[in-house]
Amino acid sequence: MAMALRLYLLLIVFVSSAIVSFSLYEDQVGLMDWHQRYIGKVKHAVFHTQKTGRKRVIVSTEENVVASLDLRHGEIFWRHVLGTKDAIDGVDIALGKCKESCLDVPNTVFAFTLMYHRSMLRAWNLPDGQMVWETSLHSAQHSKSLLSVPVNLKFDKDYSILVFGGGYLHAVSPIDGELLWKKDFTAEGFEVQRVLQPLESSIVYVLGFLHSSEAIVYQIDSKSGEVVAEKSKAFPGRFSGEISAVSNDKVVVLDSTRSILVTISFVDGEISFQKTLISSLVEDSGEAEILSPLLSNMLAVKVNKRTIFVRVGDQGKLEMVDSLSDETAMSDSLPVADDQVAFASVHHEGSKIHLTVKLVDDLDTVLLRESIQMDQHRGRVDRVFINNYIKTDRSNGFRALIVMEDHSLLLLQQGAIVWSREEGLASVTDVTTAELPVEKDGVSVAKVEHTLVDWLKGHILKLKGSLLLASPEDVVAIQEMRMKSSGRSKLTRDHNGFRKLFIALTRAGKLFALHTGDGRIVWSTLLNSPACARPSGISLYQWQVPHHHAMDENPSVLVVGRCGSDSSSPGVLSFVDVYTGKEISSSDIGHSVVQVMPLPLFTDSTEQRLHLIADTDGHVHLYPKTPEALGIFQREFQNVYWYNVEGDDGIIRGHGMKSSCAGETADEYCFTTRELWTVVFPSESEKIISTLTRKPNEVVHTQAKVSTDQDVLYKYVSRNLLFVATVSPKGAGEIGSVTPEESALVVYLIDTVTGRILHRLSHQGCQGPVHAVFSENWVVYHYFNLRAHKYEVTVVEIYDQSRAENKNVWKLVLGKHNLTAPISSYSRPEMFTKSQSYFFPQSVKTIAVTSTAKGITSKQLLIGTIGDQILALDKRFVDPRRTLNPSQAEKEEGIIPLTDSLPIIPQSYITHSLKVEGLRGIVTAPAKLESTTHVFAYGVDLFYTRLAPSKTYDSLTDDFSYALLLITIVALVAAIYITWALSEKKELSEKWR
Amino acid sequence: MAKLTPFFFLSFLIISSSLAFQSDEFGLEGAQQQTPTTRKRYSDPDSDSKVQFSLEHAFGDSDFSPAGTFSARLKSWSHGGKTLTKLRFSRNGFSDEEKDTFKNLLKGDDFYRIRLPSNVISPPGKEFVVASVRARCLPRDGLDEHFVIHMEGANVLAVSYGSLGACQYPRQFKLPAKWSFNSHTILKSSEQAPRTPIFTEEILGGENAEGEVEPPPERSFWAKYWMYLIPLGLVVMNAVTQATNMAEEQTGGQAGGSQVQQSARRR
Repeated sequence: MAMALRLYLLLIVFVSSAIVSFSLYEDQVGLMDWHQRYIGKVKHAVFHTQKTGRKRVIVSTEENVVASLDLRHGEIFWRHVLGTKDAIDGVDIALGKCKESCLDVPNTVFAFTLMYHRSMLRAWNLPDGQMVWETSLHSAQHSKSLLSVPVNLKFDKDYSILVFGGGYLHAVSPIDGELLWKKDFTAEGFEVQRVLQPLESSIVYVLGFLHSSEAIVYQIDSKSGEVVAEKSKAFPGRFSGEISAVSNDKVVVLDSTRSILVTISFVDGEISFQKTLISSLVEDSGEAEILSPLLSNMLAVKVNKRTIFVRVGDQGKLEMVDSLSDETAMSDSLPVADDQVAFASVHHEGSKIHLTVKLVDDLDTVLLRESIQMDQHRGRVDRVFINNYIKTDRSNGFRALIVMEDHSLLLLQQGAIVWSREEGLASVTDVTTAELPVEKDGVSVAKVEHTLVDWLKGHILKLKGSLLLASPEDVVAIQEMRMKSSGRSKLTRDHNGFRKLFIALTRAGKLFALHTGDGRIVWSTLLNSPACARPSGISLYQWQVPHHHAMDENPSVLVVGRCGSDSSSPGVLSFVDVYTGKEISSSDIGHSVVQVMPLPLFTDSTEQRLHLIADTDGHVHLYPKTPEALGIFQREFQNVYWYNVEGDDGIIRGHGMKSSCAGETADEYCFTTRELWTVVFPSESEKIISTLTRKPNEVVHTQAKVSTDQDVLYKYVSRNLLFVATVSPKGAGEIGSVTPEESALVVYLIDTVTGRILHRLSHQGCQGPVHAVFSENWVVYHYFNLRAHKYEVTVVEIYDQSRAENKNVWKLVLGKHNLTAPISSYSRPEMFTKSQSYFFPQSVKTIAVTSTAKGITSKQLLIGTIGDQILALDKRFVDPRRTLNPSQAEKEEGIIPLTDSLPIIPQSYITHSLKVEGLRGIVTAPAKLESTTHVFAYGVDLFYTRLAPSKTYDSLTDDFSYALLLITIVALVAAIYITWALSEKKELSEKWR
Repeated sequence: MAKLTPFFFLSFLIISSSLAFQSDEFGLEGAQQQTPTTRKRYSDPDSDSKVQFSLEHAFGDSDFSPAGTFSARLKSWSHGGKTLTKLRFSRNGFSDEEKDTFKNLLKGDDFYRIRLPSNVISPPGKEFVVASVRARCLPRDGLDEHFVIHMEGANVLAVSYGSLGACQYPRQFKLPAKWSFNSHTILKSSEQAPRTPIFTEEILGGENAEGEVEPPPERSFWAKYWMYLIPLGLVVMNAVTQATNMAEEQTGGQAGGSQVQQSARRR
């Protein structure tokens, strides 16, 4: 039996190796691809430095990652990327030895995660990040915020973890996650604000507000969950939600007018309120805000951009002890030796930041004061977490983990930055590519390359490798040589276009330029704006791509941002030089930004691309604002159309240009538009869930497709096609929430100039989410089929029939064809579509398609699967001409026999063994070499590789042994001479005979 | 599956009617009407009702004004769906004033816009579906227009409007010979996607069947191996000629070294 199994496995191995795939060999990993791991902006951090050994910090982030980082170097020990809806509400560490019942979990991290409608409590083992237990805390409400009470750092049976979530207070055993008891607090109007457990006490205090005007304190026995006592007191007025727990028996609340601080003390039997006017603490009053740091017996309040520290006395008396200027970040308080509590604050001064650690009780005692030079492009300090350690001289040392405005994470210790992580790259929102500078005369290639001897040596090594003569040391040397192969990471353009920059815009509004060779950050810049402090970036466009002036002009990108989160807030344009990363200019444009439209083919004399920006008033604005651009635009004024999608109302509108809005404003670069067409989806039966257009810069090599029977099909290649997918409103929810009869998916192809619906197909019993990709004349989309309980992929190809008569060669020769006639969208389209559906065994996060320089190379679909990997699927698998039994001729053409589902060949994962955690998007860009395309995938991680969908047919591989070729030629030449000499000799001797 | 069939039958319900505003031309054009013949089983006369909705037009940026009326029968199906059938269209002709505005449109190559209510049962109120065309695309002999109305139940999703044939670019300024409309209308509803075939069993069955039918016609030995046979033949011929040559040389007494040896051995 075992033998049979082994044989079978062997057979599988042989079969799988026989399938033509684009997989890599083991030693090719890392040659053209790189992978970077990130965690995102840190929300909570817990240090674990008590024990000797590896010092680490546990962080949870806004990208829903729990990770353990090495405090020495900042590397990731382990991390867990949770789902997009599984926001983490808190992390804590419980330490301690297990006594009897549990096996091997000495150190455990507790991460409290709140999922969308159910909360989970999970515990992970600290050293290796394995999950120890998981408890689902069922809750009735889901809008309620979750408060969590970490354990008092003991890992014992007698202690329990208290978690408040979804209206219930839960006590969970730290050993196995068993739910010990739960208490219902879901009474109407009651909102739990704080759960406190004094040390060494078995009573838990639950403080909540009833209708925001009555404070109620429940005392609960922490063993049994019984309510021991309940007290309530009405408050004359209303509370705002902001609260700070200053000690075990006192909280300070801000009332709804935001001008009075109320101290609530509740331990000694009764609840008592004590009101303090903020204006009595500080002269300049205004709207107050309680800051989040937890300081013992003290709270930080922000009034009028100033941070004031208010000490809470024993009797609940408040007094101001200190005030700081704006832009100060503070940490929670941290117990240091001798019952003292310290906290850290960081503030900026020029290009330096000052870190100060003070005692809470005595703000004049400064434990640490350090100044650190900080890169301007990191912005302000956002959060600080401190940790202390005992120095060799027994004094306290502090290390601070700071989170900057650009989401980067830095560790400060002894006045220096120990390490930094660019966590902004975990939230990339838009990506574009840029060329590197052309090699100038100053640097010669030969100097950078090896000398001839080295070059030959290298090739001889390679030759040895390919002839399987290399010793293990040689193999290592070969691999090393490959990895740092000549000029892979040079900052100049190369002949094949393999070296490029990927410009990434992150959610924090920072631009990064990543080198394709090794993934390093070439430059980064944080966007600034004169109008507002920190605009949020929306999207990224190529602004200027010089071809004619490539030597003396730098390309630039346009970053469109806005001040504020609202779509009607004013927009900001920023132009960034791609070579240097310097912001060339930044302007506040004075109108909102709804849609940015790069105009195809229109560039001015400096090769700046013309852009139209639509605002909320229905006007469009032309950029750049130069008379020349205006001239170019006005020439094509009649032929400019645009459309917008109103997803909520289910309306798509097409617009044409009308006139300059000179009547309303003096701005001559502003234009009014008029509505030309509308498509109205009935709100009761259809809801737009996805819209997609072709990439504007895509190159199509040939318009015609020749089929086996010498027939020609003309592709309907139009730039003005919009793919729209709608589902029934009921089916817009999660998969499985509706019955097949209730849900239908309808897809449309709409011409965006005239609003004609060119193709309309409805899939009964299907549901979104729809992921689609649109290229050339085809669309491939992925959705869920409720009837078959499977995911499906459908391909639609559009062909032009009006050109179908141009098959006759003589017509072409004599010029009697309409191939060169201009195409007007107003002509009635004569087209037909072909479509085919297949099952696809996986759920999909995103789909992209490879793009090459001339569009000759066959295409591959790049499918980002639910497992955060990228699968390369040949376009031939999604070809509507596939039939069950293709004829011989069709087979020769490369048509694959039709199967009901698409195959997933394990070797065609381009991410091989890696995962791009939290995958959100895939960007492809052509290299100069036709066969090759750049693929960049982003999510929490970044991944880059170079793909050759039809193999590198236009270049020799890197492995190609030039030495072998040379040696062969030399040997041949030598052989020719020798044989020639020999034959001469012979002839001579013959003649003498 | 049975429920799906009515959709199938109606999926290409084409009613092309053309009505000109003058009655004699009406006769010339002929109101061709193709009513689907497969409907009889499903038609439920009692649930029919008549609906009318108006077409409105606008010249350039002017306001919309009535331009014609569509009338149709609204069918209610037992499963709750509604469909329009028997669409008729009566077009109002241009008044003299409108003719002048239209001429201006032609001069300026401006847009002629039309709109329909998005819901035919309750026409006013809700959104309108708008379509427009460059005015210069319309004039042929008369004014050719072609409506494709995309329906979803009783809702109009979109209307495609334009001339019947191609609209050459650059558009030429041309006044229509006759100021009469030559209208064609098509009603379209959504096409059903075919179900994804599941043919694991069929493949197995198909392979069995293949076993009987498929064996490719046995090609002759020559057809299969000609590419090997020809060079082989050449080699053989070459060898033969050489052998004969050799024999001659031997007899002639003139031979190369190796041949001498060979001949020596043979001797």
